[in-house]
Amino acid sequence: MQFMLLFSRQGKLRLQKWYVPLSDKEKKKITRELVQTVLARKPKMCSFLEWRDLKVVYKRYASLYFCCAIENQDNELITLEIIHRYVELLDKYFGSVCELDIIFNFEKAYFILDEFLLGGEAQDTSKKNVLKAIEQADLLAEENRPRQFFFSLLS
Amino acid sequence: MPAPIRLRELIRTIRTARTQAEEREMIQKECAAIRSSFREEDNTYRCRNVAKLLYMHMLGYPAHFGQLECLKLIASQKFTDKRIGYLGAMLLLDERQDVHLLMTNCIKNDLNHSTQYVQGLALCTLGCMGSSEMCRDLAGEVEKLLKTSNSYLRKKAALCAVHVIRKVPELMEMFLPATKNLLSEKNHGVLHTSVVLLTEMCERSPDMLLHFRKVWILVPQLVRILKNLIMSGYSPEHDVSGISDPFLQVRILRLLRILGRSDDDSSEAMNDILAQVATNTETSKNVGNAILYETVLTIMDIKSESGLRVLAINILGRFLLNNDKNIRYVALTSLLKTVQTDHNAVQRHRSTIVDCLKDLDVSIKRRAMELSFALVNGNNIRGMMKELLYFLDSCDPEFKADCASGVFLAAEKYAPSKRWHIDTIMRVLTTAGSYVRDDSVPNLIQLITNSVEMHAYTVQRLYKALLDDISQQPLVQVSSWCIGEYGDLLVSGQCEEEEPIQVTEDEVLDVLEGLLVSNLSTPVTRGYSLTAIMKLSTRFSSVNRIKKVVSIYGSSIDVELQQRAVEYNALFKKYDHMRPALLERMPIMEKTASNGPTEIVQTNGETEPSVPDTKHPPLVTQPANQANDLLDLLGGNDVVPVIQTTLPTKPASAGGELLDLLGDLSLSSGPAPAPSVPISQPPFLLDGLSSQPLFNDISAAIPPMTAYSKNGLKIEFTFERANPNPNIAVITIHATNTTEADMTEFVFQAAVPKTFQLQLLSPSSNMVPALNQGSVTQVIRVLNPQKQQLRMRVKLTYTHKGSPVQDLAEVNNFPPQSWQ
Repeated sequence: MQFMLLFSRQGKLRLQKWYVPLSDKEKKKITRELVQTVLARKPKMCSFLEWRDLKVVYKRYASLYFCCAIENQDNELITLEIIHRYVELLDKYFGSVCELDIIFNFEKAYFILDEFLLGGEAQDTSKKNVLKAIEQADLLAEENRPRQFFFSLLS
Repeated sequence: MPAPIRLRELIRTIRTARTQAEEREMIQKECAAIRSSFREEDNTYRCRNVAKLLYMHMLGYPAHFGQLECLKLIASQKFTDKRIGYLGAMLLLDERQDVHLLMTNCIKNDLNHSTQYVQGLALCTLGCMGSSEMCRDLAGEVEKLLKTSNSYLRKKAALCAVHVIRKVPELMEMFLPATKNLLSEKNHGVLHTSVVLLTEMCERSPDMLLHFRKVWILVPQLVRILKNLIMSGYSPEHDVSGISDPFLQVRILRLLRILGRSDDDSSEAMNDILAQVATNTETSKNVGNAILYETVLTIMDIKSESGLRVLAINILGRFLLNNDKNIRYVALTSLLKTVQTDHNAVQRHRSTIVDCLKDLDVSIKRRAMELSFALVNGNNIRGMMKELLYFLDSCDPEFKADCASGVFLAAEKYAPSKRWHIDTIMRVLTTAGSYVRDDSVPNLIQLITNSVEMHAYTVQRLYKALLDDISQQPLVQVSSWCIGEYGDLLVSGQCEEEEPIQVTEDEVLDVLEGLLVSNLSTPVTRGYSLTAIMKLSTRFSSVNRIKKVVSIYGSSIDVELQQRAVEYNALFKKYDHMRPALLERMPIMEKTASNGPTEIVQTNGETEPSVPDTKHPPLVTQPANQANDLLDLLGGNDVVPVIQTTLPTKPASAGGELLDLLGDLSLSSGPAPAPSVPISQPPFLLDGLSSQPLFNDISAAIPPMTAYSKNGLKIEFTFERANPNPNIAVITIHATNTTEADMTEFVFQAAVPKTFQLQLLSPSSNMVPALNQGSVTQVIRVLNPQKQQLRMRVKLTYTHKGSPVQDLAEVNNFPPQSWQ
């Protein structure tokens, strides 16, 4: 996978994960063009499109578009499954996830994604394992929390 | 200093902004606060501030001043800090910033951290955006982690290694030992990532591929793992819609594909499992189909037995009938890849494919169109063409150009009759006329010229089309050309194929003049119609009217038109005696290659005055080739002297050409072979024909060969493949002479069996210098559509030491790559 973008129906970016090195300007350009292209697609069209020299796989879940750019030798149908798996992970973590969850907790959405994919490929094919790892990492982060809480009470 | 606001607070606030300006203001205020907080080196809130910065970055605002802060966060001991720090690094930093190298040390420490989640963060970041320098520095650490027993880290290390190899391919070797035991893991995560790593190594290095195939003998191992996956019962952890770990299955199938490619043993070892997967996988959900898709791709790519291939194509055929358009799309794409190799199997699904032309999805329509053209053959041409023309009528403009070209090509190859061919082309021109490519006009004109018996029918139909609609330029151009040529047939009502129409000369001239004045006509079209009117001066009796029209345009603002008119005027005035000959009917043009650029041969010396068109690129007249009566050579009897015209290449200049020609033109109506006549063909016929370079794709793989070596004369053949048509082999002959005397008047002739077509271009010279001081080169192009073994008979004539020498020889030792 070269990159993954999540954006709303109005074209607002909610998450961007790039697995190839590109300048900020290029990323912005690609994002703008791709978002436009995908939003222009009619509901009856298939989930795949050729864009520049890449294959783009996208799927809409409620008000969010999940869009991945894959290479020519990658399997489009299994990419749809990867997208679905990520949505399931988000759903399990947030409990019936909706766009607002991802807006307000975007850093968590990234953490979950980074626990599921690394360098564009799936690290673990077991939902349970990924969720367990996130859970443990969250616990570790919680251990830091009391100190901060204590501090802010005093200042 | 009050505590900086929390992240969620900020997000909420920004979302209340009603205008872009309001949002910008909020952001600027917050950025200022964050900046001063950074300046104060506040450790407590750095994490919160960077998180807010990342949010603002996602909205599109600049956040580069946070880069160093990310590094500080990464260096912190707190896990929350590291988490945000690494996230920030992945979002804000990349290998273009020099700052990113500062991360290397932190990552190195974190890779050896006591907490696996910290190690995980480091591996993730390195594997996501590590630059080549970082990868070089840290590859050792990654390799170490690849050998750990902690599967959580092992799987991440494997993917990190993939990234390292992509960035620094030379480091691949160092991961080899650690990779060896990866496949014996039970953990699916490790298995999956290991297969990805192995795949990456195989794709990058053919040596590795061989190593895995022969030394590690990976195939049976992979087959075993795959089998276990399929046969094992329900495993809730990895189940997706009833299928056990589809992600792993797909990955294994892909690796098998690479291992089995062009290797018989490996392919055989996987035949069974592929058949099993292909027949047993559930197809009701997308997951199952994803696995089947990968299986089909693998079957088609390895050396599978024919039964398996048919199974694969049938799966694709079933996909085509699936309600899910994604599946249909994927099927069409795969069929397109296999249509060349398994043509007959794909033909069986032709009707389904044609149905896909009516699909609503653009990508599916395009695929279906490409596939349909690939499936057209002599048997189904009529039916297919009906469907394709219907498609052309109703499709989006983006398809029309490609579809029209495809129709022309298919019609040219498989037209059942001349009339059908012309009807088809007419249909395309009338429905999609403005989208046809420029070179279709000269091709079409040539086709019409060659169908002698259809001239009357063609001109009549074109005339009628012109009455209906003069907006589609290619149609108008072809029509005016035809009317100019065959106007007499039109007026005399000679049509046999259909009811002849009654047309008077004046009506015809009205139409042509209408084209000249119409706003819809482009300058090119105007040129065509003026020339057509001029030609009619020898076919019609109303010469005075024509003279008047021509003289009017002598003062036209359009320079091109003006020049033509002036020259035609001159024809009327000073050179009236030449006019009939000059404007005579065009001779039949012989096509020498049915694919690719068509070279035209003039079989008599009369030519039309070349009226260069400024719209077309300046012409470089390619040296014309000889007439193709070489088949007589094969029989070994009366050798027909082959006409070889050595032409000086004459770039067509805008203007003055006519007068040059008039000076050179010898109107002796003897048989052709006077080689000194510079033949300039009408630009609109040659356009697009000679503009394609002959040697696009040089395959160095075809070895040269010695075709003839006798009496000191040696002829060597070197080969190239001409793109776009792989059926054309381009042979360059090199003739050298080892004797002490020159070989003068050297002529090389060649003949090929009937299934081939041959084209001989001009030689570099007529003299092969003595003692290998130089060579004569000449280019031969051979069209071999049936891919039969190439054979050639050559005839050599030259003068050596005063006496003429002649020799015939057969060349049979062509390397297989030259004709396969």
